[in-house]
Amino acid sequence: MIQPHGGKLVDRVLKGKAKEEALARAGRLRRLVLDAELISDVENIATGVYSPLQGFLGEADLRSVLETSRLRSDDAWTIPIVLDVDLKTADGLKKGEEVLLASENGRPLAILHLEEKYGFDKGETAEKVFGTRDAAHPGVAKVIAMKDVLLAGPIDLIEVTPTPFDRWKLTPKETRVLFEAKGWRTVVGFQTRNTPHIGHEYVQKAALTFVDGLFINPVIGRKKKGDFKDEVILASYEEAIRRYYIKERTVMAILQMEMRYAGPKEAIHHAIIRKNFGCTHIIIGRDHAGVGSYYAPFAAQEVFEDFPDLGIVPMFFRSFSYCRTCGSVVNEKICPHPPAEHIQFSGTKIRDLLVKGECPPPELMRPEVAKVIMAFEDPFNE
Amino acid sequence: MSSRRTLKKGAVWYINSGMDKEFTAVTIPTSLHKKIEELIKGTEHRSVSSYVTKVLRDSLSAAEKPATEVFSKDEEEKVKERLKALGYID
Repeated sequence: MIQPHGGKLVDRVLKGKAKEEALARAGRLRRLVLDAELISDVENIATGVYSPLQGFLGEADLRSVLETSRLRSDDAWTIPIVLDVDLKTADGLKKGEEVLLASENGRPLAILHLEEKYGFDKGETAEKVFGTRDAAHPGVAKVIAMKDVLLAGPIDLIEVTPTPFDRWKLTPKETRVLFEAKGWRTVVGFQTRNTPHIGHEYVQKAALTFVDGLFINPVIGRKKKGDFKDEVILASYEEAIRRYYIKERTVMAILQMEMRYAGPKEAIHHAIIRKNFGCTHIIIGRDHAGVGSYYAPFAAQEVFEDFPDLGIVPMFFRSFSYCRTCGSVVNEKICPHPPAEHIQFSGTKIRDLLVKGECPPPELMRPEVAKVIMAFEDPFNE
Repeated sequence: MSSRRTLKKGAVWYINSGMDKEFTAVTIPTSLHKKIEELIKGTEHRSVSSYVTKVLRDSLSAAEKPATEVFSKDEEEKVKERLKALGYID
């Protein structure tokens, strides 16, 4: 089994007596209420999805990530995982104290062992992560809207927050046991925030040809307006897997995490996460984790050159289309026919057809998958 | 321009554009250094150090052993029970 990033799978989920004690003192601690995205980050730290992070980044690690895309330990790390609070809240907290992290309904989630509180430059952070300060970029807008002080320190998770998607929720510990139980020595991870079309299926199956197992890992959490709703992505994949994938070779589980749309830097982040889940390979397609035209189409592939020590092997795929003459999915390396023969796997085109209640042609999307999507009254995020 | 101060024997802090990072020196033959200088001309590597760092990271990664981390039997059984309940394994 592949090593977790940093060499050890982090497990900061409290159990037994430690959990009881934490719950007993939770009522006496100062309380911070977290939104859904920060709750996901807390759980991802505690369950090892973000190994080797033990908590929210301190100032020196944040600077190191921004300047060198590495933690101070030299482990590759490209996306800041930070906890922001306003100045007044920060003033009320002392370094060294335990802080209760709670959900909006008051449920105790985790304990933060506060080690640092520090200010940060939002413009610089945005530029170093997203390569732009343009507030029209959704990741930049999020950074600009952050509160002014960052809190840092290790966290201990008291309780996992229930979600409507728990039946698809696995921790890295669980996926590692699962892959082992299935006898998979090599596993390719597929990151998605979309419903499956024929191009996705082709890429996944092409990759699976070279490894033992396929791990489909949809990102569940805040996305852009117009993206498919989480429940639609899961239902459509379930249908596709049931009808067109080999059960013994395919696993789907969710990743609860906000998309940052940081293009190349996020591609590295996604690779690290899949390595922690136990994947030996990851599929990186065209404009992975991109948005608009902020990143060159293959920047998210080229960036892997700078991280020879990631441990997980990227499998790069270029653009695919359906060729009417070949009668199959092709790319420019394998098809001799002119572009007029090619039907592009355009997400926008598929979406437009679905919005109009029309089934996309079978060359683009499996009719059974389209039917599942169209059964939802409104399959897209507002 | 970098400035540096001694931290401990063989190690220095380079303070460069506000960024503190710990570095240490490794000696290589001058002739090899010159060859690398030639090799990296026109590439993304701005220094021999940057090139050597990349090669060493690559080499360390290749030498990485598979995870030896094993869960306790108890823990593994609990995980397998959940995986069965969710339909992931029979």
